[in-house]
Amino acid sequence: MESLSNSSDLSTKPRRSPKSPKNNSNKQPNSFLRFINSKKVVPYLFVAPFIISFLILTLYPAIQGIIMSFQRVLPGQVTFVGLANYERLANPVFYKALLNTTLYVIFTVLILTIIPMLLAIFLDSKFVKFKTLFRASLFLPALTSTIVGGMIFRLMFGEQDTAVANQIMSLFGLDAINWRFTSWAAIFLMVILASWRWIGVNILYFLAALQNVPGELYEAADIDGASKWQKLRYITIPQLKPIIIFVSTITIINGFRMFEESFVFWEAGSPGNIGLSVVGYIYQEGIRQNDMGYGSAIGVILMLIIAVISLIYLIATGTFKRGEN
Amino acid sequence: MNAKRKNKILTWIATISFGVISLIALFPIISLVISSLRPSSELMRQGISFSINFSQLSLDNYLYIFNQAPEYWAWYGNSLVISAITIVLSLFFSSMVGYALAVYDFKGKNFFFLLVLLILMVPFEILMLPLYQLMINTQLIDTYFAVVLPMVVAPVAVFFFRQYALGLPIQLMDAARIDGSTEYGIFFKIMLPLMGPSLAAMAILQGLGSWNNFLWPLLVLRSNDMFTLPIGLATLLTPYGNNYDVLIAGSVLTIIPIIILFVFFQRYFIAGLTTGGVKG
Repeated sequence: MESLSNSSDLSTKPRRSPKSPKNNSNKQPNSFLRFINSKKVVPYLFVAPFIISFLILTLYPAIQGIIMSFQRVLPGQVTFVGLANYERLANPVFYKALLNTTLYVIFTVLILTIIPMLLAIFLDSKFVKFKTLFRASLFLPALTSTIVGGMIFRLMFGEQDTAVANQIMSLFGLDAINWRFTSWAAIFLMVILASWRWIGVNILYFLAALQNVPGELYEAADIDGASKWQKLRYITIPQLKPIIIFVSTITIINGFRMFEESFVFWEAGSPGNIGLSVVGYIYQEGIRQNDMGYGSAIGVILMLIIAVISLIYLIATGTFKRGEN
Repeated sequence: MNAKRKNKILTWIATISFGVISLIALFPIISLVISSLRPSSELMRQGISFSINFSQLSLDNYLYIFNQAPEYWAWYGNSLVISAITIVLSLFFSSMVGYALAVYDFKGKNFFFLLVLLILMVPFEILMLPLYQLMINTQLIDTYFAVVLPMVVAPVAVFFFRQYALGLPIQLMDAARIDGSTEYGIFFKIMLPLMGPSLAAMAILQGLGSWNNFLWPLLVLRSNDMFTLPIGLATLLTPYGNNYDVLIAGSVLTIIPIIILFVFFQRYFIAGLTTGGVKG
């Protein structure tokens, strides 16, 4: 309310301004207030929270993390150990974590790019009724937390014959599976949980991108007598390229950051580490074992992996070619 | 005539297919709600199952949670307080920063914006050990403050507000200056209200992020009565299933408020959760 009356006042203000002399007389002697309100200072004060938070919450931990990766950190006793933490990384548990995470990334990026794209293309066609309803239903899983979603999946993929997943298996004449304790199924569980939660969000990205495909392209193709398949292959998919690159990049990065999907199925540890992720390994070593130095070394490796992917993304989108903006 | 019939058949096939796909997507949520009405011992024995004994459905789990699970309500309260603080602080600071980056010309502006983009690409997981150490050294561990702190200036929100503020009517600022308004008055009384839709979208993004946040609260919260809902519920995920009544009904009670909000503010939810899209 207040704001409305304020902005409608604006047009008339320059003509009558009884306030401003009073304001001026208030301010003139007070050079501090004037300084604080000068256009040179104001932007910096506005940006200050960001600068402070960058220094304390990003720059400091990033540097400290790199330093700690060369240290052995015990309470009240910190010693430099050179590359010892990195040498310790050459062990089967870390390899297992890296392998699990990589497999998870490969499956999620395939599923979460291709399926949402196809669903968005179909959803965008004139043949589908109740579009808003379908879009909303597919989006709904994104509102659940991984913990709640994972808990449901844990019960659906229970080891009992009566659990939903095993009931479906027996429908096809297959044996019941002990999902949470089978190596391939461990990856499958994490992938399907992530896919279920994110498909709806990615569909929205593709739907938004589809609205930006110029209609003339299809009209021209119609005149040339192109088939539906040709239109999809030569117009729609090339036009969607930027969003495909974007969606696959965030999926890859989120994949390497995966932790909760593993935690919710096995809490602190899975049998034979079948569900261990890289971040899970950081948690296990850095927090649980309180070995901050080693945990930081894993973190640095993760940082490098993600930096490389981000760089590839920037190159793929031509950020460096275009220069500013 | 023939083409018309073909279209009609296609419409039926496409619509029914999407109906089935939507049902599959909704199935886990529906089965969670149904499971919350089943006796927890039954759920423990059978898992989520197609074969439901409908005569056994009751509200017992909810009665139990309302009458005999005070710790659950402590978690609920913590989650509400933490989400509220996060929304208020992060909207306040992030909108200020994003606005300044959009409307003012000053030295270092491009550098700051580049920093925002850079931080967007740095995953929190690799900063968490030093931050955890910092929280221990400053004795902030196990407080609301520790949970909220890393979310206060959110780079995603700064980016979003900056993009939105680029479209604000700058002429209003000069008019207000002539009128004797301070730069702060211009921001809080004129520009901030104009940024309403972006504030709503970011409130939802930050609120949902905080409501569902897991890893960081897991590190910094230690005592049971400080837990947020996801952390508290995760402690009930034991192999023995002795807490399934609170776990299942409690999960339903964490989702329902979000779904209700979603139904009313769908537009802002979608804008908020697809924020990354403006980057492309």
